[in-house]
Amino acid sequence: MLKKISLTVNGKLCSGEVESRTLLAHFLRDGLRLTGTHLGCVVGRCGACTVLWNGAPVKSCMVFAVQAAGDDIVTVEGLAQDKRLHPLQEAFWKNDAVECGYCTPGMLMSAYGLLDKRIKPTEKDIERAISGNLCRCTGYGNIVAAIKEAALNFTK
Amino acid sequence: MYPAAFEYLKARSVRDAIAFLKQHGDDAKLLAGGQSLVPMMKLRVARPKVLIDIHRIADLNYIREESGAIRLGAMTRHVQIEESSLIREKIPMLAEAASKIADTQVRNRGTIGGALVQADPCGDYGAVVLALNAQMKCVGQRGDRVIPATDFFTFAYSTALETDEILTEIVMPLPDKCSAGVYLKLEKVAGDFAIASAAVQLSLDSGGACNEVGIGVTGAGMVPQKALAVESLLRGKTMSSALIDQAGQLIQESAEPIEDLRGSAAYKKKALGAILRRAIREALQRADARKPS
Ligand SMILES: Cc1cc2nc3c(=O)[nH]c(=O)nc-3n(C[C@H](O)[C@H](O)[C@H](O)COP(=O)(O)OP(=O)(O)OC[C@H]3O[C@@H](n4cnc5c(N)ncnc54)[C@H](O)[C@@H]3O)c2cc1C
Ligand code: FES
Ligand code: FES
Repeated sequence: MLKKISLTVNGKLCSGEVESRTLLAHFLRDGLRLTGTHLGCVVGRCGACTVLWNGAPVKSCMVFAVQAAGDDIVTVEGLAQDKRLHPLQEAFWKNDAVECGYCTPGMLMSAYGLLDKRIKPTEKDIERAISGNLCRCTGYGNIVAAIKEAALNFTK
Repeated sequence: MYPAAFEYLKARSVRDAIAFLKQHGDDAKLLAGGQSLVPMMKLRVARPKVLIDIHRIADLNYIREESGAIRLGAMTRHVQIEESSLIREKIPMLAEAASKIADTQVRNRGTIGGALVQADPCGDYGAVVLALNAQMKCVGQRGDRVIPATDFFTFAYSTALETDEILTEIVMPLPDKCSAGVYLKLEKVAGDFAIASAAVQLSLDSGGACNEVGIGVTGAGMVPQKALAVESLLRGKTMSSALIDQAGQLIQESAEPIEDLRGSAAYKKKALGAILRRAIREALQRADARKPS
């Protein structure tokens, strides 16, 4: 049985029909065609699917879309405004924090969740914030450096 | 990877949830933070026909101090426990346990109630509730009851809770003012389930002898355990390296760890002994700073 749900995604009210068992990640990717949210493991271990749910980073493969009805979701597509990269994205680019890019959307959203609540994180805070995000390429050093740099000039 | 189809019901109050449970019986399951249940449903280890979502019941989300105890609503999230200044001040071992669960995303969703009912043999809260002699408050069709932590865990992934009952509150008696506690966990990578962990709460008298002591461990078997033998070994004694070694030996001898990818049974026994010794030492150091002069 399909259920109609409405929720705010990247500031826009969106609606769609889903089964109860549809994961939020699948609704975003297949329903709304927001394919920036990546799926890696689909069992909650890699963090590639991280989005903000009412301001907090969560793994969107661990939530049913129906649960988020009426709520506020931000995906990686919500970061850049007016075709200009968000300072966080800019810092990833400048610091070579991206290799294959598979983990990047999740990394960005975890980092965004951190910077959104605390402007001056320590390196340890940054490492903790992204410890749920696996990267098989970079070795994390450049990612941490990028987030550190972005924290210096972070605006919402 | 999709779970089997189910009917989704949103409970707005505990009463709602109990009514739904009554109506759907064994076909139904409660959905709290979903951080254990959702992956189990995707792997089809769990196939509830009805899912009762309790994540919006605000009445089940609180941390407060009341009549000599800290009370936590079952839907209190790991992140709230980790960041609560009240918990950090009064029961640091609980904040330490919460902060060592998984990662930011899981801690943002997962709840203490869900983790306790999930009763993973390597979960983090089990040792803590046993060390502190916590009580679990449950509500069901037949009314309320309180289950002491020592009776709560019955087997791996099983608790004394009936299928039509909801865990509503965890009551942690406040440790004595001069008592100190610690939670230590040995893990393969940060945020993984524990290979072994120990929660130790103790106080010293003015002469330096161990007064009150509560110890819980995970990794000693199918369920988290209260280390009663170690508690009685330490109670009333003046602490020494030899005594701490004896405590480690004691837990090691009685432990029956589950062999898995995290290690062989022999390794896990040793790991548990080591982590307990370390936790006792750390608790002693913290308690020493608080002991009456
Ligand atoms: C990658 C990963 C790593 C993890 N690492 C750890 C770890 O290191 N340590 C650790 O302790 N845990 C770990 N967990 C598990 C995590 O702590 C979960 O949050 C927890 O086990 C379940 O809590 P939940 O709120 O998500 O419950 P859910 O998944 O929603 O529910 C779990 C079970 O409890 C039942 N239930 C939930 N709430 C109630 C209630 N109030 N009354 C009655 N029944 C209820 C549900 O019906 C279900 O059977 C990890 C999880 C993941 C995904
Ligand atoms: S796809 Fe969600 S955590 Fe891996
Ligand atoms: S850049 Fe390839 S996984 Fe992170």
